[in-house]
Amino acid sequence: MSENKRWLLRKENIRTLWIIFIAILAATVIAGLFVHQHESFGIEDSFGFFAWYGFITCVGMVVFAKLLGIFLKRPENYYDDSNIDKSTNGDDHD
Amino acid sequence: MTELLFPPGLLLVIGALLMPLGINIRNALIFSLPVICLILIWSAPVGYVVTLPFLGFELEPIKITIMGQLFATVFSLMTLVGGIFAYKTASTLELSAAFAYAGSAIGVTLSGDLITLFVFWEIMAIGSTLVIWAAQHEGAYRASIRYLMVHLFGGLLLMTGIAGHVVETGSISFEALSLDSISQYLILAGFLVNAGAPPLSAWIADAYPEASPSGSVFLSAFTTKTAVFTLLIAFPGTWLLIPIGIYMIFYGIIYALLENDMRRILAYSIVNQVGFMVTGIGLGTEMALNGAAAHAFVHIIYKGLLLMSAGAVLYRTGKRRCTDLGGLFQSMPLTALLGIIGALAISSFPFTSGFVTKSMIAQSAADQHLAIVWFALAAASAGVFLHAGIKFPWFVFFQKDSGMRPPEAPRNMLVAMTVFAVLCVGIGVYPEPLYAMLPFAVTYEPYTAAHLVAQFQLLLFSGLAFFVMLPMMKRTLTISLDFDWFYRKFLSATASSGLRVMQVVKPFFNKSVKQIWQAFQKAFNASRLSDYHLASSWPTGSMVLWIGVILGGYLLADVYF
Repeated sequence: MSENKRWLLRKENIRTLWIIFIAILAATVIAGLFVHQHESFGIEDSFGFFAWYGFITCVGMVVFAKLLGIFLKRPENYYDDSNIDKSTNGDDHD
Repeated sequence: MTELLFPPGLLLVIGALLMPLGINIRNALIFSLPVICLILIWSAPVGYVVTLPFLGFELEPIKITIMGQLFATVFSLMTLVGGIFAYKTASTLELSAAFAYAGSAIGVTLSGDLITLFVFWEIMAIGSTLVIWAAQHEGAYRASIRYLMVHLFGGLLLMTGIAGHVVETGSISFEALSLDSISQYLILAGFLVNAGAPPLSAWIADAYPEASPSGSVFLSAFTTKTAVFTLLIAFPGTWLLIPIGIYMIFYGIIYALLENDMRRILAYSIVNQVGFMVTGIGLGTEMALNGAAAHAFVHIIYKGLLLMSAGAVLYRTGKRRCTDLGGLFQSMPLTALLGIIGALAISSFPFTSGFVTKSMIAQSAADQHLAIVWFALAAASAGVFLHAGIKFPWFVFFQKDSGMRPPEAPRNMLVAMTVFAVLCVGIGVYPEPLYAMLPFAVTYEPYTAAHLVAQFQLLLFSGLAFFVMLPMMKRTLTISLDFDWFYRKFLSATASSGLRVMQVVKPFFNKSVKQIWQAFQKAFNASRLSDYHLASSWPTGSMVLWIGVILGGYLLADVYF
């Protein structure tokens, strides 16, 4: 059983997985040639629409998240007690 | 058929109060109450109403509707399976709170008037707060108080709205409301706070991940979906809900992409999923409403499953950050497998439950020729796979080898997860029973070649994007700022600086008041008024006494003459 597990972690097998994955991707795009999408916007029936649309929007979302992260990310302890300590220290003399 | 006179939800609430009586009673209640509740829900026909006169209003504590039955059914199911997941590890406080919480959520789905709804709404807020609290650590306690504040605020909006609505229309009936005045907008706002709508979406990711491993399973199910239910009943086809829903969808994706805590990733994805439902309610066609209701139903199941697998990992490892986890598929293969089924279902992968429900919402956007909405929903479907479908299982179960070899999840947890995983696949393969429970007749056929190809392309290329972009997705030890910054940092900062200003001003203020008072006393003592008896001393009591005597005199004079 542990043999099987190590299989997934080995480098050369990751290459195999990539090849299988790309083959499946190609298959879905080719399959798209044989069906007719009919959402009535026109573009959705063009070649491999859902493939490139899915890919590009996802890349867009990751990049957007990354950029937003520059402004929004804070250390994990950002909210920890610092404000509370400050205010209680300030109040001590009353 | 026996007559249903007792609200099924109240049964769970009362049962919850009996749970502290003993561990055996508690466990018996956990397994029997949700089943009894389920039987009661289906014991009465649609359209069945129980009325109760109260302060001049006709309350309807029980009103069976198709929509109500649908939600009450999945809530009962969640309570039962959540109970199986939790009963060995959760505290009695958590379990009773969870049952009161679930019962009040069921109460909302079966209430026919706004007053009953409001009462259950508030019990829900208290129950869920206690579920968070039951995790019993400082972070959970603080998060529960912030959570309660948000929900009391939401309840306040709702209460004000209901009061105004009743004054304007004279009706307490809980039915479709038109947005005629500020009152209905307040009701809408009250519902939206619980749905996790902007700007207050942050409460979900703030509070839910602080609960215990089982607590967050219960929490994920009820509050937001009850809000979806109320929106479905009261505001179907409200245009405003479309942009709100789409904002929630992308908010959930973006924040989940930035997040490092595995349960917070799932919490953000609740907002994302509820966004799909809210958009569907805004679209308002029969198919869209069916889609929103069905999506709520299956969402509770796969989100419960995802949080159970995350909960099992947390229970076994004590770790919640992606940066600490990884490689757990080696020693927790079943948890990993079941978690992946949940992840596929949330991504609407073909042959899972999400596929047969979410697409109804997108299809109705296409039918109405709302191009922007349709393209946004398509991008969002890909984004769900990105942030929840792959990200969660990848970072928790694969990624790198963290070196941890925790034992497989306890058996009761595996049983609960298996039940939900079977439902995820079962509904996906055979959706007809679910479709039959929906409020409108279903004409939608999910399994067409075109739909399958489109969905496979969308999801698999989203997966490609994930692995291509993996270097950019490296987890960092960070949290992300959100609207809660305003009440966690800004307000406390202004409060403490305000306090400081007051401390500076206080001596001057005291001094000047004292001087004015002394000047007044001096002037008074110098005047002839100070010679009279009552003025010689200043007891408040003597003043009150004399006022009492005078008022009493008036009263007697009024009665006798």
